[in-house]
Amino acid sequence: MKFYDALGLEPKLAIDLDDLKKRFYDRSRQWHPDRFSRSSSEEKQRSEEMTSMLNDAFRTLREPVTRAEYFLRESGLELSKDAPPELLEEVFELNMALEELRGGDESARGQLVLAQERFTGMLADADSGLSRLFASYDGKADAIVLEQIRATLNRRKYVSNLLRDVEKELNVHSAN
Amino acid sequence: MSTLQIDFGHAKPRIVGIDLGTTNSLVAVMDLTGPRILSGIVPSVVSVTESGEVIAGAEAREMLITHPERTVYSVKRLMGRGVGDVQDELRLFPFHIVEGSESVLKLQLGDKVMTPPEVSAYILRKLKEDAEDVLGASVTQAVITVPAYFNDAQRQATKDAGRIAGLEVLRLVNEPTAAALAYGLDKRKEGLVAVYDLGGGTFDISILRLHDGIFEVLATNGDTHLGGDDIDNLLLNIALEDLQSEWGEDFSGNASLVQLLRRAVIQAKEALSFAPSATIELEYGPRKYQREIDVQLFNRLIEPIVERTLGPCRNCIKDAGITVEQINETVMVGGSTRIPLVRSAVERLFRKRPHTELNPDEVVALGAAVQAGILGGEVEDKLLLDVTPLSLGIETMGGLMSKLIHRNSTIPASETELFTTAVDGQTNVLIHVLQGERELVKDCRSLARFDLKDIDPMIAGMARIQVRFLIDANGILNVTAKDLRTGKEHSMDVKPSYGLTDDQVEAMILESYDKAEEDFKERQIREARVEADAIIGATEKAKEDEAYHALPDAERIAIDRAINELRLAYHSDDHLLIRDQIEKLNQATMALAEAIMNEAVGKALKGTNVND
Repeated sequence: MKFYDALGLEPKLAIDLDDLKKRFYDRSRQWHPDRFSRSSSEEKQRSEEMTSMLNDAFRTLREPVTRAEYFLRESGLELSKDAPPELLEEVFELNMALEELRGGDESARGQLVLAQERFTGMLADADSGLSRLFASYDGKADAIVLEQIRATLNRRKYVSNLLRDVEKELNVHSAN
Repeated sequence: MSTLQIDFGHAKPRIVGIDLGTTNSLVAVMDLTGPRILSGIVPSVVSVTESGEVIAGAEAREMLITHPERTVYSVKRLMGRGVGDVQDELRLFPFHIVEGSESVLKLQLGDKVMTPPEVSAYILRKLKEDAEDVLGASVTQAVITVPAYFNDAQRQATKDAGRIAGLEVLRLVNEPTAAALAYGLDKRKEGLVAVYDLGGGTFDISILRLHDGIFEVLATNGDTHLGGDDIDNLLLNIALEDLQSEWGEDFSGNASLVQLLRRAVIQAKEALSFAPSATIELEYGPRKYQREIDVQLFNRLIEPIVERTLGPCRNCIKDAGITVEQINETVMVGGSTRIPLVRSAVERLFRKRPHTELNPDEVVALGAAVQAGILGGEVEDKLLLDVTPLSLGIETMGGLMSKLIHRNSTIPASETELFTTAVDGQTNVLIHVLQGERELVKDCRSLARFDLKDIDPMIAGMARIQVRFLIDANGILNVTAKDLRTGKEHSMDVKPSYGLTDDQVEAMILESYDKAEEDFKERQIREARVEADAIIGATEKAKEDEAYHALPDAERIAIDRAINELRLAYHSDDHLLIRDQIEKLNQATMALAEAIMNEAVGKALKGTNVND
């Protein structure tokens, strides 16, 4: 996987962030175009390619979610775009509450605040679930674990979007 | 110019650092002891004289009053912009835009028509010459600073200006980042630094992490149309309203008076940073105008402008993924940060007293010189990791913008995208590249349209063309395309939405060589010849004097020989030789000059060496 290669790392889902940063800075010092301003155009171009790859790799790998998404894609798994079925009922009720608050019905606020808390908790659960699954897959490359990571990422993304919508609505109306 | 020229011979050519500001510009260089400003502040003003000569700097600033219609200032506000973008500026600035300025503005100055990059090139050329005079060597490479929030077209326009001025622009550096470089240079600073940069025409906020010699920009934000100019315009409007009621006339169309008034307003504004009140004073013919402004009124007036800087600051903190408490230092840059209300607003937001010990007018140029030192290899332990201020994307179905590279990504950054054909036999694919944060294409900045042409006709969806979008270390977009089926580079036509095409820039470079450009060596020869003309002329005149005929033969022969030798050297292309012979003629005529002085007749030879 080229992003791992760029940083001289084995493709693992769990990463030591301090080590990642150190590798990024060391390689930046070595390859940044600033170091090649008086070099030949081939060397300049190579420096630019190396550095842009390094920057893209660091940006992707430093966040667990983007790292896992990259890992899945490279492993040939596409992320799902469907709503997680277990959340359907919840989302239905949430949308009603959002509509009510938009329409000026303040009684919906309590329900949304509760939803906000619940979603924040779900995100934290997803994150700790991910780190458990990362360790598990790194220990033994089991395709079932990879599927579980995919499902967790999908659920996490969906919850994160819901949370964003709820917070946006709560903020808009508290500002008025 | 001194006759003593230090010849650096084959020394490595120096890279200069240039702060190309809205109001003023500066050039600096990296010395062994640190960055150093070369020569003085150059006002960013360009004027065309009645004889068609283009002048830049302090001289041109005087022309603002006498010939406002052929003089341009704050041209940085027009860089990389189209007519539609600058309607607001045109209400406040006396720019004369020529008809037919769709993608590049064209300004009418006297009988000349110039684009903003050409105008900026005259400022750069002045800085280049100033630097050459101080360094005693030719300058051909530069680092130029730009507002961090400049988009691709504005950056490209700045780079074009450098090329037209005969400078190879090795790097564009963001102004707040440059300031951080100057600030953190000799201190062992670690931690998070916020740079608040409120200049003449632009506002930037950047948050950096400093650690182990690396200056890593975490996030940047800003407004490329917010600065001291806006404050001037507020005060100017008040003064113009006053004049209308006091003198019963609307002077807003009187460019010369408006410029006088602008100067008066700026003086009052600057005084208000240090005094509780100041007076806007104008004398115009027999009439006098005075208006006292106290700090309370001034603060009330500018509060909305100061407030407009705070939103970008909050967004920047959020984008950096930090909280305000984590920021260790706040650094102030730009002349407008001298205003007490600005300082107190920044202190309130960042909950820390901002650093103001560096001269806010010089710190950006000094930082540019440090970056020049990094590129030149003189500074080895520092490295800048900057970001792109705006997201880059392409137009997709339904007029939507699909982001490829997100804002605040470390540059160089790249993304590849696979394109194919939608109908059978289609031979070209059009890619519309945009910059901005909004979802709809119409709310983003159009950068360029790339036409992937000459695709072999085949069934829809069969073509495989991989396009690579790269934002380089200057924050400028580079696009390449590869046909995955053949593995060969795929050709494309590029139509920039704003700005000059490569051919146009090339034409301007050629033109500038024809008309104004002469390199440093030519200039030195020309100057030596002017001096030689002066001393030969004066000597010939002195030869008509009685004192000459009273000289001993040997002295007269020595003078004639020195004149002849100077005439021989005159046509060489070695300015040092010319100057040597000037010096010899000076020596040879010493006795003659003395005799004439003693006689106290005719003109003193002593005054003939024009540059002594």
